[in-house]
Amino acid sequence: MKPAHSPVQRPADARLLEIDVHGRMHHHARSALPQLLRAGDLLVANDAATLPASLKGVHGRTGQPIEVRLAGRSSLAVDAVRDFSAVVFGAGDHRMRTEDRPPPPPLEPGDVLLLGPSQDVLRARVRRLLDHPRLIALRFEGVPDAIWAGIARHGRPVQYSHVQQPLALWDSWTRIAALPVAFEPPSAGFMLDWSMLERLRERGIGFATLTHAAGLSSTGDPALDARLPLDEPYRIPASTVHALQRTRAAGGRIVALGTTVTRALEHAAEHALESARPGQPVAGLPIQAGEGLATNRLSRHSPLRVVDGLVSGTHEPGTSHHALLGAFAGTATLARMDAALETGGYRGHEYGDSVLLWRAQQLSAPAQRPAEPAVLLHT
Amino acid sequence: MTQFKLSTDNAFAGLRVALTGGTSGLGLALLRALRKRGADVAFVARRAELVARTAAAHPGSHGIAGDVADKHQIHPIALQLNAALGGVDLLIHNASSLGPVPLRPLADTECEDFEAALATNLLGPFRLTRALLGALAASAREGRPAAVLHIGSDAAITPYEGWGAYGASKAAARHMAAIWDAELAASGIRVFERDPGDMDTPLHALAVPDADPASLQPPALAAEALLDWLAGTWLNKPGLSAKASNNTTLTETAR
Repeated sequence: MKPAHSPVQRPADARLLEIDVHGRMHHHARSALPQLLRAGDLLVANDAATLPASLKGVHGRTGQPIEVRLAGRSSLAVDAVRDFSAVVFGAGDHRMRTEDRPPPPPLEPGDVLLLGPSQDVLRARVRRLLDHPRLIALRFEGVPDAIWAGIARHGRPVQYSHVQQPLALWDSWTRIAALPVAFEPPSAGFMLDWSMLERLRERGIGFATLTHAAGLSSTGDPALDARLPLDEPYRIPASTVHALQRTRAAGGRIVALGTTVTRALEHAAEHALESARPGQPVAGLPIQAGEGLATNRLSRHSPLRVVDGLVSGTHEPGTSHHALLGAFAGTATLARMDAALETGGYRGHEYGDSVLLWRAQQLSAPAQRPAEPAVLLHT
Repeated sequence: MTQFKLSTDNAFAGLRVALTGGTSGLGLALLRALRKRGADVAFVARRAELVARTAAAHPGSHGIAGDVADKHQIHPIALQLNAALGGVDLLIHNASSLGPVPLRPLADTECEDFEAALATNLLGPFRLTRALLGALAASAREGRPAAVLHIGSDAAITPYEGWGAYGASKAAARHMAAIWDAELAASGIRVFERDPGDMDTPLHALAVPDADPASLQPPALAAEALLDWLAGTWLNKPGLSAKASNNTTLTETAR
């Protein structure tokens, strides 16, 4: 697939490949999404704003230039802004393919990282290496407001070599971006604008959000990429839980806008089922409002308890995002999807075209998704 | 998890307020009045040193150094406002530029000065509202109040000679607020414009250097009056957020 080279969130010619429950392909204009949903369906989006998570600076002990890409955080709490996991690169910038970036100087616990211009520097310390010379746990110095100011002023959106022009922060924020917690854009949401939200409303299609700290999609290092996605904190508002339960109870379909939304909703359901006491009745959708930490990896072996359909960017086979599609459709269907995207000239990456993938009919074993009040039996 | 409760005796308790200006004049008075009523406040002003001093003098407030007239600073500012407050329920566009001083007729107003007044009084508020719209809409979806308040001026209505750059930009902002309000109603977000009246502020002193301060309202009173008005028009309005949710109280359990 050819990548989209320019950071236009809603190109007029954006396309959407729909794969229906029987595995049949349908080509649409992406702006037609509201027509592909029905009254009573619920579209759930990730309203995380994107952090300027790439910080350039200097490794204090050696004076070598580095780029720190913030990659993870254990909580969304606004004052929990000291501790991050991060991927560190040596010299160079995003115009170089991530795979070709030199490693950072050898990093050791206690090393000081000086980020941003010297007259207004944001300081961090390496706490420890996370089983890889590029992946660290770091701690920023200073009070939360000063740390946020440092990230806001010195950070740039993480970007890759397929878009050459430097991204501005606004290029990486969706129209609904709220709390700044994502490390890369929840890019499926780029298709949304307020006019589309209005069209959804007019058609009686529900709209709800959760906040999920979408992590890095690629580090250029095969060993690190194999560990993606890292654990990602998320928060599901009470109003969204109500909307999900109303939709399920009324027979509407729940459509996740993005892989992050899918991961969060399915994690929340799995978590609720695990923490339910044996014999305790679980009615409708067992999801609680509040914060959680998504540690799950969805694949063709994962039951889908919540999500009926996924709207997502196009993903290359072999990536964790592509593996997640396996929860929705069989290998043969996905192979036909990949071929249709290729021959149809669909554009890849975060500013590219989209797919709408419905959970295949044969995968929806009733035992996996209790629509009626059920009793959980732990064996 | 922040809990928000609508209450008639103190409608502002727990409200997350983003304020532009905040280090002098009405902005400083609003910061004090909002903190006194229990709101969480993050404010943006241009002079970093004064911002830090003001934040330190008002414990619990968050000071952000930035210029809303500069489009490249809008998203970094919005990011910090959101991060400091954990979301935004009320955005107050208070920062304002008089345009060229001493005041002068339009015929003697340089285009660049006119543009600068538009940048601060019209484009800045437009950009910042847009950048925070996601946060405001999230508040509304969760059953919290969500609104934007533009601090207005009678110069937006009466064509005072010599006030061209200021008056035209304030008139445009007033009209923009009305259009925002109509367009965002379905999303549960209100957008207001309100003239606090003539006040004894640095801006007024620049415009009318020989005015008798005793004839002008102290900003502290104007701020209280504005908040009372907001409480009556917006926060205590029954069914205000009913469009977004049936719940006026958000309760969540953290896992």
